[in-house]
Amino acid sequence: MVKEIERAGIPVVHMCTVTPISMTVGANRIVPTIAIPHPLGNPALTHEEEKVLRRKLVETALQALTTEVEDQTIFEPKL
Amino acid sequence: MSFRVVHYINQFFAQIGGEEMAHVAPEKREGPVGPGAALNTAWKGEAEVVTTIICGDSYFAEHEKDAKEQILAWVKELNPDLFIAGPAFNAGRYGYACANICKAVQDELGIKVLTGMYEENPGADLKEKVLMVATTNSAAGMRKAAPTMAALALKLMKGEELGASCEDGYMPNGVRRNFFEKERGSTRAVKMLLNKLAGKPFTTEYPMPSFDRVPPNPAVKDLSKATIALCTSGGIVPKGNPDHIESSSASHYGEYDITGVMDLTSDKYETAHGGYDPVYANEDPDRVLPVDVMRDLEKEGKIGKLHNLFYTTVGNGTAVASAKKFAAEYAQKLLSAGVDAVIMTST
Repeated sequence: MVKEIERAGIPVVHMCTVTPISMTVGANRIVPTIAIPHPLGNPALTHEEEKVLRRKLVETALQALTTEVEDQTIFEPKL
Repeated sequence: MSFRVVHYINQFFAQIGGEEMAHVAPEKREGPVGPGAALNTAWKGEAEVVTTIICGDSYFAEHEKDAKEQILAWVKELNPDLFIAGPAFNAGRYGYACANICKAVQDELGIKVLTGMYEENPGADLKEKVLMVATTNSAAGMRKAAPTMAALALKLMKGEELGASCEDGYMPNGVRRNFFEKERGSTRAVKMLLNKLAGKPFTTEYPMPSFDRVPPNPAVKDLSKATIALCTSGGIVPKGNPDHIESSSASHYGEYDITGVMDLTSDKYETAHGGYDPVYANEDPDRVLPVDVMRDLEKEGKIGKLHNLFYTTVGNGTAVASAKKFAAEYAQKLLSAGVDAVIMTST
């Protein structure tokens, strides 16, 4: 799906936990996330801590969208 | 009495010449020429190349209809037990010619055919229609290719049942064949893993489909003016899943309006995904589709705007062709809505 969005001319960032799959399907901007059932959260944290975590992940995604890439690139969030 | 074989080769393997002689029209010679000798040796008298047909690669590519007509007429008259072509290794036009002349002989004359080439040769596009042995990418692989082709050819002529592609050396042609492995699955998996860890070659028993590539688009210049859309394959839907998106093998996607929605809460949203433990996503759907954080960033002016629609489906056993179709369709909607960038989340 990321590839079809990219093909349409819209920059897209893929946030996912299993980054090798993302690499295989051909996403160009990739942000690794926390876990399969809660990519953008962590139920072990408090609600507030969890939102801070999610914000960091989304900010990494936004950073990926504003970064020029030539090839498939993984953007590691600083958690 | 031995089986009679007609062999097709190009100008190069017939030692007529290289590229400068690729224009030569088809000709017919008695007995083996070039690689045909290696086939004869491997057959040990059980079969033999009675006639060799030679055609320039450019001639075949540029006069395909005439070339096929002439070659089919000869093969019909010779009526061999098998028509064999190549091997072409990674020579593109030669591979194309081998695959296509084999297909014509097989379809129009009902004669058994076999060819061989490198798996990335464009001629290998016909691997599900024409039986092909997988070879290396250069003619240096002839010593290995000739006996494999010869053995498979003999099986075909004797009318014996083929083994699996990995046993008989042909390219997988979509026909499934059952056989007993010598070792059980766990042993094979552990061996494969050990080879992988040691950086040694290993062969997967379940090759992944190949995917094409799309070059990345230019980056977003100014986030504070950008409209950003959220999309997901994690199955986030309004509570009750109003469009009945399937929990696996989804047949469609959903488009939902989040105008005025500041946070995805468990009383209004849930996941329809049947491929992961839904407890966490149902408790707080922002864990999959981060609407709350996007709203904060919108309020703070970090991003221009969160697009008022999100697109969602369930990526659980969903066919690649379906996913491609869904996204191709909603990408056009995003484009016409003036969306500048997309965040896609997957579980």
